[in-house]
Amino acid sequence: MAKNSAKDIEVKAFATHQIITQPNPLRKVLRRVDEKDLDDPVGRAEQALAGLSGEFKDWMTIEVNRLSAAYVAIRNDGFTRERRDELFHAAHDIKGDAATFGYPAASGIAESLCRVIEHAPDLERVPAELFTHHINAILAIVHENTKLDTISVSAELSRRLRKVADDYLTQVNRDRPEHLEVILAPSIAPAE
Amino acid sequence: MFRIDFNKLRFLVCDDNPHMRRILRTLLHSFGAREVYEAEDGATALEMYSHYVPDIVITDWAMPIFDGLELAQMIRQPESKGNPYAPIIMLTGHSEKRRVTVARDAGVTEFLAKPISAKGLYQRILNVVANPRPFIKTKTYFGPDRRRNTNSAYMGPERRVGEKHEVLQQPSLLDKARSTI
Repeated sequence: MAKNSAKDIEVKAFATHQIITQPNPLRKVLRRVDEKDLDDPVGRAEQALAGLSGEFKDWMTIEVNRLSAAYVAIRNDGFTRERRDELFHAAHDIKGDAATFGYPAASGIAESLCRVIEHAPDLERVPAELFTHHINAILAIVHENTKLDTISVSAELSRRLRKVADDYLTQVNRDRPEHLEVILAPSIAPAE
Repeated sequence: MFRIDFNKLRFLVCDDNPHMRRILRTLLHSFGAREVYEAEDGATALEMYSHYVPDIVITDWAMPIFDGLELAQMIRQPESKGNPYAPIIMLTGHSEKRRVTVARDAGVTEFLAKPISAKGLYQRILNVVANPRPFIKTKTYFGPDRRRNTNSAYMGPERRVGEKHEVLQQPSLLDKARSTI
């Protein structure tokens, strides 16, 4: 359904470019309805997501174990391209998933760790504590998150780790303006 | 008011993380979609893209073999036998502005930064279904028009040559100053 036939595609040619227009191939899935007949697909999806939430803790545990294993491999045998990538991907997945799973502070700490991995000029020279503090904080948040009184502590921990990481990255990238610009740029991620 | 008949849409979801695939599948099925195909890497996604001819592609950025950016570039091949026009929604943990620009320049239609929400995903799908943009082909780009809005107040050089208004004249600061005296 998604593709129009070639005769439906109109091409206007200009000196440096072409503009290609076609009838909307997805127009048939749009239906005009009265307001009273509108359903609530977003509400339905949110409910379905809430139905999955019983599994989030287990999923998060799998994700943090992967992160922990990736760092243990580096601590034992040093950085290689593959090990660096595995650590980055594990942290990056937590950054993307953790807030959905109910661990927004872990997401923030994972983001901070991703920034260290991405922007430190030499990962071998990054103080080991910067890695271990990030990873241990994520582990602690996931294991202790059932206690309501730890939520504000988690958020504070996330803020402080981000500040330490950013101070470090700003210092080591002072001669690398392209990295500095990215480090100091605001995030476009939706607010918590 | 418009409603999307999700049961008539075919989705291809590409993410190496099985938890995120499960979440996406759950959301899409809740919207009403029946056909949701899943791939865990870019190479498999490309194969499935040719085989199932999905209406909408939702892809992660960071993936093994080749990533979501490369997948978008491979789909956006104007001479390909497949469909180079399918909307591509990039759902990613990357949240820096420069990443949005890079994704846009690879032919991605919509960008959705994680954490995912039902509302955010629905809005992106509604946008690609209801407001498709024309495609632009240049020497270095093939994909949806990167200009989403027409800015009637824009003053500056026209970078696309040959259209009706090839160059928009920008009055110099001196001219502006003179006109206000």
